[in-house]
Amino acid sequence: MNSKTVQKFTSSIFILSGAFTLLILLVLVGFILINGFHVVNLEFLFSKPLDSGRQGGIFPMILSTVYLIVITTLISVPIGVGSAIYISEYASNKSLINVIRFSSQVLSSVPSIVFGLFGLAFLVIFLKMGWSILSGGVVLALMAIPTIFQVSEVSLQSVPSVYREGCYAMGATKWQCIISVLLPTAIPGICTGIILAITRAISEAAAVMYVVGSSLDVPISIFDTGRPLPLHLYILASEGISMDNAYGTATILIVMVLLITLISNIVIDNYQKKLMGC
Amino acid sequence: MNIKEYLIEKSLSIIVLFLVILVFLLIVFMLIEAIPAFYDVGFLNFVLGSNWIPDNGEFGILPMILGSLYITSIALLISIPLSISCAIFLEEIAPNTLKNIFKPVIQMLAGIPSVIYGFFGLTLIVPIIRNNLGGNGFSILAAAIVLSFMILPTITSLTQDAIKSVPNYYKEASFGLGSTQWQCIKRVILPIAMPGIGTAVILGMGRAIGETLAVLMLAGNISNIPTSVIDPIRTLTSNIALEMGYATGIHYNALFATAVILFVVIVFLMIVSVYIQNRYAVKEVI
Repeated sequence: MNSKTVQKFTSSIFILSGAFTLLILLVLVGFILINGFHVVNLEFLFSKPLDSGRQGGIFPMILSTVYLIVITTLISVPIGVGSAIYISEYASNKSLINVIRFSSQVLSSVPSIVFGLFGLAFLVIFLKMGWSILSGGVVLALMAIPTIFQVSEVSLQSVPSVYREGCYAMGATKWQCIISVLLPTAIPGICTGIILAITRAISEAAAVMYVVGSSLDVPISIFDTGRPLPLHLYILASEGISMDNAYGTATILIVMVLLITLISNIVIDNYQKKLMGC
Repeated sequence: MNIKEYLIEKSLSIIVLFLVILVFLLIVFMLIEAIPAFYDVGFLNFVLGSNWIPDNGEFGILPMILGSLYITSIALLISIPLSISCAIFLEEIAPNTLKNIFKPVIQMLAGIPSVIYGFFGLTLIVPIIRNNLGGNGFSILAAAIVLSFMILPTITSLTQDAIKSVPNYYKEASFGLGSTQWQCIKRVILPIAMPGIGTAVILGMGRAIGETLAVLMLAGNISNIPTSVIDPIRTLTSNIALEMGYATGIHYNALFATAVILFVVIVFLMIVSVYIQNRYAVKEVI
């Protein structure tokens, strides 16, 4: 075989594997949407499940997921972004910086089920928070913090140093400079990190399995037990309760995750263009 | 004014300590719950014992360790060639328009919840295996195939970064000597990008070992030492997820001990990947 034949052969392999990757996504999403679309209607979205999920809708699960998004965001964003600001702008102690970075790397590599066990032992039993949406939200927040921290740190550090110098030359204090110059410049990156972390949190079932309680009732307060969408899907599918409702739940979950990613991408892109424009 | 600045700095420095405290708490609580099991069963008996019969007080996790190992290796075997050649396609061959289409594709594959991957495997791949290869379909193979799809975006995007970081003049020199694109990829780009690709593979491996739900839904969860790829198997993660709901006493501790072993393996992999990154990043600059 001469080198030209080899060249043709190898590039077709590369093209095929690219096409195969696209195919995986299309088959995966298509298969679930096609099977799930006829299940989804307003009644499915806004009614309670009956007969442990065989009949009825998924309203309590949607509500649980929304609660979890709010709690996770409220806890993880201040801690993640705050730590990133400190490490990027204030910290001068090299070994402290390394310890923090290492901790966040350890946290981001810990499997979700281990976080779930920790949540059970520490939050539910030791702190006596019980099986509740609050405990679940705290566990998800702990998982989201390292991602938000890492992405925010990178975005803050990629702000050109002339911005900082210009700011100090105008007589601004450090905090004024951070609030009025650095954060607005770094915010597209920081938001991307936050969205990534939050979509991962709402997709998570293993971590909250033994923490949120998984009841089928409509959660009223954050101290009630709840059952987020992924956990509901897992229970419906693995216990063979109702495949139709499982497809419906999967459809809602996929649409939710893809919509959040898509909309935030567009909003962030627009902001960035505006930022570059003026 | 100065007081305000001072307070802000101090409160941020307290927030930052939270990350360290969290790691500390995580390790302490896992160990407190796990140590009774290690003490009772004996560390070696626990790790190398091949029977897991909680009712008889037998706690050996060797089948689960092998289970995690088998599933992860097969998933990597499928995923590594596929994702590396996909990354080469995106970085070296695809025109820019196609590249822009593929970026969200990889993002979406990474963003799809693991429970959806599990559900997809359950409804599509398990029946295919059951009808064509025999067994009941819940098997090492089913879990490994789905897992290989799940780690594909991780390995692809990190490999893309590694290929992107190869300086252009290397490629120009290679083409200048009359090499074909494949010769350039094989002799120049891949060797230089190798440390980055290694890191990508290790991170993918970490994800595969730590994955719980998809494996739980597909692997059949019987704790036996398997003889073929269509046998069911139980992994470390699914062992915890399956039994945590009703475990009490030493059984409860044994599940935390399983989590400690998992934690040690994952952190070890993470440290290896950081080491590779730091060790070889310097060479690239020179």
